[in-house]
Amino acid sequence: MTTRLHLAQLDPTLGNLDANLAKHVAAIDAARADGAELVFFPELSLSGYFLKDQTAEVALARDAAPLEALRELSKELTIGAGFVERARDGRLYNAYAIFEDGKLLHVHRKVHLVTYGMFEEGRDFAAGEHFQVAESKHGRIGVMICEDLWHASSAWLYFLAGVDLFLVPSAGPARGVSAVHDGFGSTRTWRTLLTNVGAMFQGWALYVNRVGCEDGITFGGGSRVVDPFGAEQTALDSLDVGALACEIDLAECERARLKTPLRRDEKPWLVLRELQRLEEEER
Amino acid sequence: MKEPQLDVQADLVEEILVRFLRTEAGKFGFTRAVLGLSGGIDSAVSAALAVRAFGPENVLAVMMPYATSDPASEADAREVAASLGLEPRLVDISAMADGYLAQEDVEDRMRRGNVMARTRMIVLYDLSVEWGGLVIGTSNKTEALLGYSTQFGDSASALNPIGDLYKHQVFQLARHLELPSSVIDKPPSADLFAGQTDEDELGFTYEEADRLLYLLVDERYDVDRLVEAGFEREFVLKVVRRVAMNQYKRLPPIIAKLSSRTINHDFRYLRSWGH
Repeated sequence: MTTRLHLAQLDPTLGNLDANLAKHVAAIDAARADGAELVFFPELSLSGYFLKDQTAEVALARDAAPLEALRELSKELTIGAGFVERARDGRLYNAYAIFEDGKLLHVHRKVHLVTYGMFEEGRDFAAGEHFQVAESKHGRIGVMICEDLWHASSAWLYFLAGVDLFLVPSAGPARGVSAVHDGFGSTRTWRTLLTNVGAMFQGWALYVNRVGCEDGITFGGGSRVVDPFGAEQTALDSLDVGALACEIDLAECERARLKTPLRRDEKPWLVLRELQRLEEEER
Repeated sequence: MKEPQLDVQADLVEEILVRFLRTEAGKFGFTRAVLGLSGGIDSAVSAALAVRAFGPENVLAVMMPYATSDPASEADAREVAASLGLEPRLVDISAMADGYLAQEDVEDRMRRGNVMARTRMIVLYDLSVEWGGLVIGTSNKTEALLGYSTQFGDSASALNPIGDLYKHQVFQLARHLELPSSVIDKPPSADLFAGQTDEDELGFTYEEADRLLYLLVDERYDVDRLVEAGFEREFVLKVVRRVAMNQYKRLPPIIAKLSSRTINHDFRYLRSWGH
C-alpha cells in the first residue's frame, strides 16, 4: 500500500514567524488538496536559518501558538516542521516537530550542530542527546536534521530501531560550482549521502531542503527521495519554492530487507564491546 | 597537489547571482539598481547580471570619466551598455575631484586615484537616491583579496554579485554572458592614468595570482606545500602578506568594546534582520 507525501521546499523569511506560518499553511493546504497524507518542511522552517542573536527571539515552547496551529492542522494529515525550541530549562534547540492526528507526536533536537566554515550553530543552540523514533501511523520515522546525516551513527542507530523513513530536513546552502562537475557540489554530496543511507539502512530517505537567500547565502533546494534499495526515485533539482510529491511504499523496506538481510546480520553488541575497548584504550 | 580548478559552471553561476540580486534587493523593497560602468570587464559583468535580475529599464549604468581617463574606456562602456539595452548616464567627475585635488595640491598618484574612486562612490550613492535603486558592486575576489582597490571607493556597494569570483572566473562569466569582445580582450586597467595596467602595477599576472589564491584560500594549502608544488616562495609570501595586510579593507571599522553588547562583536544580526 502506498502513501502519498509532500516535501515542501519552502523559502522561510528570516525571523518572521507569522509570515512563515502562513507559508506552511498554504503548503499544507496544497498537500491536502493533492491527496498527500504527510507533508514535511525543511530545517528551521518556521524561523529561518542564520538567526544568530535572533535565535532566542524566535524560540518557541512546544505549546506556542504557531506550533498549536500546525497541531490543529495535523488532524487531517501528518506534518513535520522545524523550529527553535525553548526548553523549560531555557536551553534553545534546533528542533523538528512531527504532528499527527491533532497531537504533537515527536520532537527531535538536532544532535550534530554544525559549527565550522559559515556555520555557528554551536554558539546559538544546545545539542540534542537522542535519536528516538517517531512512531507514526505511516511508519517508523527517524529524523536527522541536516548535519545529523553526516554522522553515520545517526542513521545506524535508527536502523537498529527499525526505522522505515529516514527524514532529513535541511537548510543546506548551494555551493561548489566547479566546471569539473555537473551541478552544485553540495547537491552531489547530499545525493551520495542519501543513496548510501537508503542502501545501507534499507529505508526511504527523504531529504527536504529549503530555498531562498539569507545575506548572500543561497539555499540549494534539491529535495529528493531515495528508496530502500538506495535508488533515487524523484528529486526537485530547482532553487524555486515547490513541493516534491511522491508515493512511498513501506512494503519496499521489507522487500529490501528480505533480499539483503542487513539488519539480521548487524552486530550491535560487537560494536558496543569495541566502543568500550576503544574507550578503555583512550583512558 | 590538485591542479587549481578555476573554471566554473557559468550557467549555474549566472542563475545563483541573478537570484541573489533579485532576492536580496527585493527584501529591502528595491527592484532597481545603479552601478558604475567603467568599460572594464568587472563592471560589465555586474551590469549584465543586474540587467538579467531587474530588466534594463531598472538599471542605471553611470560612466564617470576623469579628465585623464582613456576615451577608449568610455567607448567600451557605451558598447557594453548598448549590448545590454542600457542608456548609460555620463557624469564627468573632473570638476568634482579637482575641487579637492587642485585645492589641496595632491600630486601623489595613489592619492589621486583614491580620490577619483571615492568621488565615483559619492556619485553612485547620490544617484541611488534619485534612481531609487541599490548600488551594485563590481569588485572581484582576486582584487579584494589582494587589496587592489580603494576602501570606501570602488569597493563600496550594497550588493556585490561578483565578490566570490576570481578574475579568471569573471572572464569566463563575461564570455558566457556574451559581452562585447572589446572588454574581454583588453588588459585589465584601473584607468587612473594613461597606459596603466593592473598586472604591471601588481607585478604578476592575474592568472598566476588566481591559481595561487585559489590554492591558498579555497583549498587551504600552506606556503611550504605551494612551494613544493612549484610556486616561487617569494611570490607566495608576497601574496600571503598582501592578503593579510589588506584585511582591513574587507571589514567594517573596528569598534572599541566597552559595554556588555557591542556592535559587530556580540550584537550579531544579518542584514536581512527584520526584512
